Amino acid sequence: MSEPVMTPRSYASAGPGDYFALLKPRVMSLVIFTAFVGMVLAPGALHPVLAAVSLLAIAVGAGASGALNMWWDADIDAVMARTAGRPVPSGRVPRAEAAAFGLFLSGLSVALLALAANYLAAGLLAFTIFFYVVIYSMWLKRSTPQNIVIGGAAGALPPVVGWAAASGTAPLEAWVLFAIIFLWTPPHFWALALYKRGDYERAGVPMMPVVKGEASTRKQIFGYAVILAAAGAAPFFLGIAGWLYLGVSIALGAGFLWWSFKVLRAPEGDYGSAKKLFGFSLLYLFGLFAALLVEKLAGLHV
Amino acid sequence: MSDPKHVLEIKMLTPDERKQQKRRNLAIALALAAFMATVFLVTILRLGGSVAERSF
Repeated sequence: MSEPVMTPRSYASAGPGDYFALLKPRVMSLVIFTAFVGMVLAPGALHPVLAAVSLLAIAVGAGASGALNMWWDADIDAVMARTAGRPVPSGRVPRAEAAAFGLFLSGLSVALLALAANYLAAGLLAFTIFFYVVIYSMWLKRSTPQNIVIGGAAGALPPVVGWAAASGTAPLEAWVLFAIIFLWTPPHFWALALYKRGDYERAGVPMMPVVKGEASTRKQIFGYAVILAAAGAAPFFLGIAGWLYLGVSIALGAGFLWWSFKVLRAPEGDYGSAKKLFGFSLLYLFGLFAALLVEKLAGLHV
Repeated sequence: MSDPKHVLEIKMLTPDERKQQKRRNLAIALALAAFMATVFLVTILRLGGSVAERSF
C-alpha cells in the first residue's frame, strides 16, 4: 500500500464546522439516543438539568473518541471513498489537531460526567473512549476480522453509561441493553462491508468479507441475526419492558431475520439485500430503543 | 543564524483565512462560555441538594 497523499492545503481555512465533523455527529446521535434510553429506564431520579448535562458529557465523550479515531486512521480514511472527505484526509484539519482536540474533549467530558452524575458513569465513559480508540482503532481494526465484533463493545456501552449516570449502578438489566447493541454490530457492519469490500481491501482493513470471503460472511450475518432476534426479546423477560416492547421486538426481529436470510441466499456479487439489511439494521436498533422509551414514558410499563 | 534552514517563514493570512480564523475564535469563545455556565449550574444544583439534605 503506498503512502496516501494528503492535500497540501492551507490549514488556516478550516472553519468550526470542520472541527464539529471530527466528532462524527451521526454516530453521536445514536449514542445520545441509546444513552438517554438507559437513563430513562434506570431507577432513581436525576435532576433534569443534571441529566441533560450528563447526556451532553456522554455525547462529547463519544465525539472525542471519533476525533481520536480520525487522527489514528487518517491513512485508511484517505484511501476509502466513504471516508476520504473527512476533515483530516481531505487536508482541512491537521492530524495533530484532531489528536489534541480529541484528547482535550475526552478529559473534559469524563470530568463533566463525574461532576454532573457520579464516578461510576465517568469511569465507564472513560473506559468506552479507551476501548474505542486503543483496543478497536489502534489494535483490532487492522489486525483481525473480529475487529468490529470485539470493538462493538465500545458502541454498546452508552446505555450502560446512561443507566449508571441516573442510578449510580450498572446491574444486569443495563447489560442486556449492552448485549443487544453488541450482537447487532457484526451483522450491521458486515452488511456494509459486503458491498464496500473493495474499499476495505484497498485500505488493508481485514474486514470479514475481505479475509473469509462473501459466503462465510453471509452465514455469519445470519447466525448473529438469529441470536440477536432472541436477545432482542430479553428486556421483556427481565422485566424492564412490557408487552408493547415484546411485540415490537418480535416484529423487528422477524424483519431482521428475513433480510439476513435474503443476504444468505443472495448469489455472490449481488448486494441488493445487503444494502437493504444495512438500512433495516438502523431502523431495528432505533425501533427497539424507541419502544423501550415510549413504554416507560407513557407509563405502559412501570 | 544565516543558515537557510533556520530562517522563519512568515506567511500572511489571506482575507478568507482571516475570516475563518475569526469564526474559529468565536466558536472557541462560545464553547468556553457555555462550559463555564454548565459547570456553574451543575455546582449550584449539587450544592443545593447537599444544603437541602444537611442536618441542622
